[in-house]
Amino acid sequence: MKFVLLWSDFLFFLLVAGGVIFGLWARRVEHQRAAWRKVGQSRVGMAAATVLVLFLAVALLDSVHYRERLPGEGEHYAVEVRSVLDALLTPLRTRPEKTYSAPLATHSFAKENIAGEGRDFPRLKFGGAHLGEALSRHGADIALRCAQGLGLGAVAGLALWLAGLPLRRRAPHLAWDAVFVTLGVFCLIAGPLAMLAQGYHVLGTDKVGQDVLYLTLKSIRTGLLIGTLTTLIMLPAAIFLGILAGYAGGWIDDVIQYLYTTLNSIPGVLLIAAAVLMMQVMIDTHPQWFSTSAERADARLLALCAILGLTSWTGLCRLLRGETLKLRELEYVQAARALGVSSGRILTRHILPNVMHLVIIAIVMDFSGLVLAEAVLSYVGIGVDPNTISFGTMINTARMELAREPMVWWSLTAAFVFMFVLVLAANLFADVVRDAFDPRLAR
Amino acid sequence: MLAYLIRRLLYAVPILIGVNVITFALFFVVNTPDDMARMQLGVKHVTPEAIEKWKAERGYDKPLFWNAAASGAGKLTETIFFEKSLKMFALDFGRADDGRDIAREIRQRMGPSLAVAVPVFVLGLFAAISFALLLVYFRATYLDFAGVVLCVAMMSVSSLFYIIGGQWLVAKVWHLVPISGYGEGLSAAKFIVLPVVISVLAGLGASARWYRTIFLEEITRDYVRTARAKGLSERLVLFRHVLRNALIPILTGAVVLIPSLFMGSLLIEAFFGIPGLGSYTIEAINAQDFAVVRAMVFIGSALYILGLLLTDISYTIADPRIRLQ
Amino acid sequence: MTLLTVRDLTVEIGAARPVEGVSFEIAAGETFALVGESGCGKTLTALALLRLLPEAARIESGSIRFAGEELLALSEAEMRKRRGGQLGMIFQEPATSLNPVMTIGAQIAEALALHGGGASEAKAVDLLSAVGIPDPARRAREYPFQLSGGMKQRAMIAMALAGAPQLLIADEPTTALDVTIQAQVLELLARLQEARGMAMLLITHDLGIVAQQAQRVGVMYAGQLVELAPRTAFFSAPSHPYARRLFAALPAAGRRGRLQTLPGSVPSPAQRPDGCRFASRCDVALPVCAHEPPPWREIAPGQQVRCHLEEPRKVGAGGTAQSGAAVPEPPPATALLAVRDLAVHFPIRRGLLQRPVGWVRAVDGIDLELPAGRTLALVGESGCGKTTAGRAILGLQAATRGERLWQGEALKGLAPQRMQMVFQDPFGSLNPRLRVGAIVKEGNPTADVGALLAAVGLEPEMAKRYPHEFSGGQRQRIAIARALAVDPQLLICDEPTSALDVSVQAQILNLLVELQEERGLAYLFITHNLAVVEHLAHQVAVMYLGRIVEQGSVDEVMRTPQHPYTQALLAAVPRIDTSGKADRERLLVPGDPPSPAQPPPGCHFHPRCPRAAARCRAAYPEAVQLSATHGVRCFFPG
Repeated sequence: MKFVLLWSDFLFFLLVAGGVIFGLWARRVEHQRAAWRKVGQSRVGMAAATVLVLFLAVALLDSVHYRERLPGEGEHYAVEVRSVLDALLTPLRTRPEKTYSAPLATHSFAKENIAGEGRDFPRLKFGGAHLGEALSRHGADIALRCAQGLGLGAVAGLALWLAGLPLRRRAPHLAWDAVFVTLGVFCLIAGPLAMLAQGYHVLGTDKVGQDVLYLTLKSIRTGLLIGTLTTLIMLPAAIFLGILAGYAGGWIDDVIQYLYTTLNSIPGVLLIAAAVLMMQVMIDTHPQWFSTSAERADARLLALCAILGLTSWTGLCRLLRGETLKLRELEYVQAARALGVSSGRILTRHILPNVMHLVIIAIVMDFSGLVLAEAVLSYVGIGVDPNTISFGTMINTARMELAREPMVWWSLTAAFVFMFVLVLAANLFADVVRDAFDPRLAR
Repeated sequence: MLAYLIRRLLYAVPILIGVNVITFALFFVVNTPDDMARMQLGVKHVTPEAIEKWKAERGYDKPLFWNAAASGAGKLTETIFFEKSLKMFALDFGRADDGRDIAREIRQRMGPSLAVAVPVFVLGLFAAISFALLLVYFRATYLDFAGVVLCVAMMSVSSLFYIIGGQWLVAKVWHLVPISGYGEGLSAAKFIVLPVVISVLAGLGASARWYRTIFLEEITRDYVRTARAKGLSERLVLFRHVLRNALIPILTGAVVLIPSLFMGSLLIEAFFGIPGLGSYTIEAINAQDFAVVRAMVFIGSALYILGLLLTDISYTIADPRIRLQ
Repeated sequence: MTLLTVRDLTVEIGAARPVEGVSFEIAAGETFALVGESGCGKTLTALALLRLLPEAARIESGSIRFAGEELLALSEAEMRKRRGGQLGMIFQEPATSLNPVMTIGAQIAEALALHGGGASEAKAVDLLSAVGIPDPARRAREYPFQLSGGMKQRAMIAMALAGAPQLLIADEPTTALDVTIQAQVLELLARLQEARGMAMLLITHDLGIVAQQAQRVGVMYAGQLVELAPRTAFFSAPSHPYARRLFAALPAAGRRGRLQTLPGSVPSPAQRPDGCRFASRCDVALPVCAHEPPPWREIAPGQQVRCHLEEPRKVGAGGTAQSGAAVPEPPPATALLAVRDLAVHFPIRRGLLQRPVGWVRAVDGIDLELPAGRTLALVGESGCGKTTAGRAILGLQAATRGERLWQGEALKGLAPQRMQMVFQDPFGSLNPRLRVGAIVKEGNPTADVGALLAAVGLEPEMAKRYPHEFSGGQRQRIAIARALAVDPQLLICDEPTSALDVSVQAQILNLLVELQEERGLAYLFITHNLAVVEHLAHQVAVMYLGRIVEQGSVDEVMRTPQHPYTQALLAAVPRIDTSGKADRERLLVPGDPPSPAQPPPGCHFHPRCPRAAARCRAAYPEAVQLSATHGVRCFFPG
């Protein structure tokens, strides 16, 4: 086995590490701690944060990549790049059916000619295979697995609750109730899912017979990456240029304003489309840059983040410019100037800490929009690589399925539910963070 | 006032030039025309001759900036930069890959785009403002809370699902309107009802919530207290004082979008088969028709800049503080 | 006849009670003044009368009887008929209290439609002329931003008069206005009240205004009324210890040296003591005061005090301040700072190419000289350029022309560290993200924070805290400590006390005087408050529209002012004389100060000047030197 560190993995881990460092720093800084404490006291905020952490966990598991060692002599590794999540979901990944099958089904969705028996719904290779010929036990088996799953989930939830008791004692003022209720609900859903998934395709299979649950879980990483890496990429430019324009004024301000007005005036989708097209040409004409298809898809993902970042830094930049203009005239900045404090020091000591709340608000507010944008862009064909599993590609392949008779509804529904939960949690969390950091906007 | 407008108009010129340079760089410098040709032709057909032919057909065989081979002014004009970029200022967009004149195509497709985009804009604004006003009137009650929750939930649904779900429910299950397509004249009405309703719904959550914040911010102002101290009823305070002040940022914020309505909506037009500029763009993207994408980027930017100009004008009309100073 | 009777009014915000058990009466035609420092609950009391409290607040208990009916029992629709009808109200900030996108006339017409028997333009114009707005027909068609602050407040008054109210509630009606405009508005209010027989509830923090306008006075402290008295009784013998300390804290003529101060600060509504709320700051507190709320005590006809002392006014003499000890005259020295012909002009850009078409002459050639260890007060109304002048002297603002000499050497750009500035807004002058220790060390990383904090009267442990934990006065002390850290010789103080309450202002003024004595600091004290000038300045320069119109020693300028503007400024300050009689014979300057973008030709002051003659319109007067130190720029000084 050989570990593979894709660029996106590296950046993602960097981001998580950065988040941890930021958290440690925020603990020590009074106003940061006060604001985050407000977030922690909000039930909605904590529940949303819990959901986001669960999604993050999936994404992290999906970001540890490796190539399996091939059997035989010598150092030969599989071309396919797998992640820890793939390994955990081996049963889902390695048991494809031929084509569509409904959730929990034992038979295929479409009739086929079966040798000797005429046209009928063929048995699935894996879904419900353990039942053998005893198909009458299908319902009972599902009920049993659900019950087992619920039991397991309840036990796990209880264990989590007990494990969380010391946390509650250490920080009694935080809304732990919301956290544990959310975790409990998650356990009660995940338990039956896990039990059922061992024998069935819980959310059905898609056109080429892949398990839909597997696809949705794999989509999470793509969504989170785009939502976070994009912001990370655009942040330095937005902060630097915004503060510089606001503080320096004069021709520097003019140039930066010109820059973002120009970029802003190109319709976002078209700029992205043009850039993605060009990038695709670049990737296609230089196949030698990438040793595996995973790397190529990864490059396209990162490029998409970069392009989205390029089109989205202008908003934050303008906001920071305006805020800096205001701060520059504030009396404590004037006092610092009178005391002979250098401009660089004024920027880092007086301006930057006082615009940080805007940056934090922008990060959390942009996230949900970017997750939604990924789906639309991938749908239009200017998003991630068609081989990358994402909500957008899932919807794209599933869009014609509603027109089938009878309808294939499960892929879309699964994508819808997962995306809705992710974006809703992000939106709610963003609201709470904004209220905590900017009391002026708190409503 | 006039001087101000002329100044704003002049300011638009360097921005358009900037847009032009960016697109040029994106389309011709990041990748050479040879790269584009190779990709378009596909692996099997790549021969030096095929590439040259492909370039010649599209006029990409000239030098980028300086044509030493040409004579006189041709040294500058017979270049890709002049032919493909500068000519756009004269609204000469050249031909698409299928040989049709892009400018003509754009003129034809503007109508259907507007037929959908204008009702969406007007109704969307009206619906969002009304909904926000309702929430503000019942502020700090359960109705308000439920409304905000609804807004956040609506914001959290991808627009793709609004379209897919709406198409499925209204057109396929209820058979109220055709799933997609477009007709001439009045017959277009039955085709545009559903896309309009869906677009309005998809945008309602975010904008209603945003307008609600604007209203609530306005309602804490001192002049509102003055109005109440006069003995005005809450309804009059809201409609006569708060609404009028809050509409200034709302309407001027919306004005910037008006010119861009010509561009249509990519998703809606693609899903509902409306032959507007949005679907034209999507088709061009999918067919990797660089000339069309380039033209649309240029037009889109120009319309956005026009929108900025209109915003400035609308401010001076809507706000007496600016109009009279 | 009693018009309004308030009984036991209590207002709650959450668990806190910012107004508790307030009772008072107002007779028809009478002016009742409610006095108190910020946060004492006086504005909430007024809003409660109209049932216009902010959404978070509610009336917990009490009774408000107006003209025989209980207002708290009325339905909201009935109450709306009273609001703006029988009960009119005007607010503190005329700039924000009018709807910016509606014409003045329309806003008045709206009130007329509700209470004045139908809207009509003629009636609105009549009202505008009744409040003394010139050219009312044109003004009625204008928007609020086109009117000056004083005119906006007049328009607000016209709006309140539309319903012909029996009671006018005026919440700090002149606090946002300049002193000459304040005098005009107060005069207008008194005149209207007399003509219409209105009663008035006047809410203010300014004892001078009370002395001038009110018939009866109520003093509020921490949500409660502590003294109720007729004006003459109140001003000749204030009885509650708090009221007496307030008087003692007022800087005024003939009271140089230290002011008597109130220690500590007002307890916040969330944590109020059980007993007397003033006990912790009271110098004559008895043991009982700490735990038992004091009863109301009638000590003279009509004068009631909420105090445990049997005869509160006999105990503890009010004026124990170390008064009379005039600031010692330091030996004359060479000028620490000299300013020659300093000017700051801002371009007005118009047209296609944004060429400057005119200049706002914010500062238009001023000369100042300040010896070490002395205080020069730069006095003027808002917009006269005094703050710009201060910033330009420090180098925070580029000067258009002129020179600044620091110990004889010309300065370029930012002034040396030994010239520092203390700002007006105690909330904007400290970075909220830094601890106090870091703030104090800003200019000098090796400074001894503990010693500096001690020098400004704070505890050294406070270095670890953040600015938001401090009150306005404490913040101002921190700002002073930050400036002291670099061992300055000159402090430019830009209205350092104008955002503070009287009692806190006295603390800061005392601190400044002490620091001057100990460290030989020189102050350039920029202010609009003439009382403060008399208290601590050695020299005074009066600014009007970018120029210094009169300059001299404090005695010369304050006792024998020569410029008509200085005289008007001094006369406009509402004063408390010992008898408490209002001084109604005031010299009122008409009109508003002109814009510095288009100053009138000749002497800038001539359009408002009672002495103006032909030559005043023709040329700006040269400085006339009346003594070695006293100069005035007027053709007709005296």
